[in-house]
Amino acid sequence: MIELRGIVKKYVLGEETVLALAGVDLFIGRNEYVALIGPSGSGKSTLMNIIGCLDSPSAGQYILNGRDTSSLRDDELAIVRNREIGFIFQSFHLLPRQTALQNVMQPLVYRRMPPAERRERAAHALEKVGLGDRLDHRPNQLSGGQRQRVAVARALVGEPSLLLADEPTGNLDSRTSREIMALFDALHSQGQTVVVVTHEPDIAAHCQRTIRVRDGLVVEDSLNPPRAA
Amino acid sequence: MNLLAEAFSAALASLNAHRLRSFLTTLGILIGTMAVIAVVSVLQGFSDSISNQFSDLGSNTLTLDAINEQENFRTGRINRITFDDVETLRYRVPGISRVAPIIVPQLGGAAYRGRTTTPQILGATEESQDVLGVDASIGRYITASDDRNGRRIVVIGVDVRDELRMPKNPVGEYLLIGREWFRVVGLLEKRGEIFGFSQDNRVFIPFSVARSLTGTFERPFMEVSFTVENLAELAQVRERANRAVRLSRKLAPNAEPDFEIKAADSFIKQFNQITATATAVLAGIVGISLLVGGIGIMNIMLVSVTERTREIGILKALGATRRDILIQFLLEAALLSLLGGLVGIVLGLLAGMGIASLIPNFPPAHVPVWVMLAAAGFSALVGVVFGIAPASKAASLDPIEALRYE
Ligand SMILES: Nc1ncnc2c1ncn2[C@@H]1O[C@H](COP(=O)(O)OP(=O)(O)O)[C@@H](O)[C@H]1O
Ligand SMILES: [Mg+2]
Repeated sequence: MIELRGIVKKYVLGEETVLALAGVDLFIGRNEYVALIGPSGSGKSTLMNIIGCLDSPSAGQYILNGRDTSSLRDDELAIVRNREIGFIFQSFHLLPRQTALQNVMQPLVYRRMPPAERRERAAHALEKVGLGDRLDHRPNQLSGGQRQRVAVARALVGEPSLLLADEPTGNLDSRTSREIMALFDALHSQGQTVVVVTHEPDIAAHCQRTIRVRDGLVVEDSLNPPRAA
Repeated sequence: MNLLAEAFSAALASLNAHRLRSFLTTLGILIGTMAVIAVVSVLQGFSDSISNQFSDLGSNTLTLDAINEQENFRTGRINRITFDDVETLRYRVPGISRVAPIIVPQLGGAAYRGRTTTPQILGATEESQDVLGVDASIGRYITASDDRNGRRIVVIGVDVRDELRMPKNPVGEYLLIGREWFRVVGLLEKRGEIFGFSQDNRVFIPFSVARSLTGTFERPFMEVSFTVENLAELAQVRERANRAVRLSRKLAPNAEPDFEIKAADSFIKQFNQITATATAVLAGIVGISLLVGGIGIMNIMLVSVTERTREIGILKALGATRRDILIQFLLEAALLSLLGGLVGIVLGLLAGMGIASLIPNFPPAHVPVWVMLAAAGFSALVGVVFGIAPASKAASLDPIEALRYE
């Protein structure tokens, strides 16, 4: 469902040109559970942003669900993000003034969904991540782990074909990290395609496949040994 | 529709999050609209009362009046309307239905049981009742028979009655005007004041009596109001009357006229013109203040966009299109400005009412609904116009850079 061919991303900073991605070829199929690992600055986030249609490559071709994204305009990309992608960030990126429920409802606003249906689906998504009793809490009234669960609920509420998480446990302690990963495991077992960026081997071990990135290139792509449950 | 209502409540919530700042930002708009509404309400109340007082003069009424320049008064060669002019209008101009001459004889004051006063003394015919819209509230007005028979009767104004301490119903009392006794037959309807001058300190006596009491060589001040039969012919009748009076006054064909024929509503027109000028000046001032207010809104909205860069990034990551973001910020600016406008309208109304009630004898303030709607609409429009720059800045943010913004 994801196919990258010769993806290059360059940043021009005055005289200097930074090659964040130096030609990435990658294929990820439906219901895969992939860990993207690599040292800091290797290009993991840049790659994720391109996969998530938040950013566009300087060169190369990215085909998502059979559609070449390089021909899409800004607003078409916004629609793809809204319908196909669920994004989870290291620093949660919740809307600070809105309640958990309102945060989770937000992607559905852009689908022009009627409020009642939106509310129902958002409440259901929050229940799935174990926050059924925190609907009206604002982000600053929630713990880090709870905030990330809200973010997961928000990513899932639109039933995207692809769940992307960029260091989702980077700001969490090891216990809450395990809880979040357990959530991903469950989602994957229900058929969700999941890609997780991490630099922690523990986290990567949850996945079935590990892709290692270094200096903007894929240097290793291997299947993990099945985990003992 | 639904979507708009929602964007609306989101905008409200966002303004509510910075209440004080929102209020200060919209102060320019608030003060601007408040100023307009206050001034318009006072002007409009004033103009309403003027129009009401003059509306008795029908729109089919014309008035013949002499023209006198500064020069005429200095040299004493004062132009007057003459009895011949009255006859001319009465018999030589087709299309005129009623002619109501008013003569101002120089008779002196009025006295009653040792008290004296100096009212305006006017000689009028029966026709003045309809043509000038004067009437008696007690007793009766001058009739054709009074005029024909030269009866020494008088219809007096409320001020005259009160000044002379006559009974509430003065009908049947005798009044000394100049050196003649007049029997009071009626009390005029109260008219109130125009520009602070009482319209009730006057008396009407029959035209023929006033004329006979005027010395042969005196040329009293006179004015003739007349109505046209057919309102559609007003302009033609006016022109016909103009030609006939030129003839009766023996003016050379190319001589400047020493008289004029005015439409009765010309005063109202003149007044409305003054009001319109004042309104135009006001509109200019308001335009400037709204411009300043609008710039304030633009400024604070730009700050707000910068502050909320990350939030905008999040919304874009969740699938907001440029248009979604644009509408959100435009609506916020419009709402901010509109709220300022609405508060300004309310405060302006209160201020107008306060001003009108502080000045004695001033008519009550009044604002037409359309002015309020226009003020509200205009303030919202200012918000939209000055919200365009900040909103399009927000809409065109790059999602990745916006998300990374600290
Ligand atoms: N907006 C940017 N401008 C300039 N350089 C950038 C930008 N974003 C990323 N880079 C550079 O691209 C490289 C890859 O960054 P990133 O994908 O964030 O790495 P990772 O997520 O693996 O730590 C780094 O060298 C980083 O400095
Ligand atoms: Mg990164």
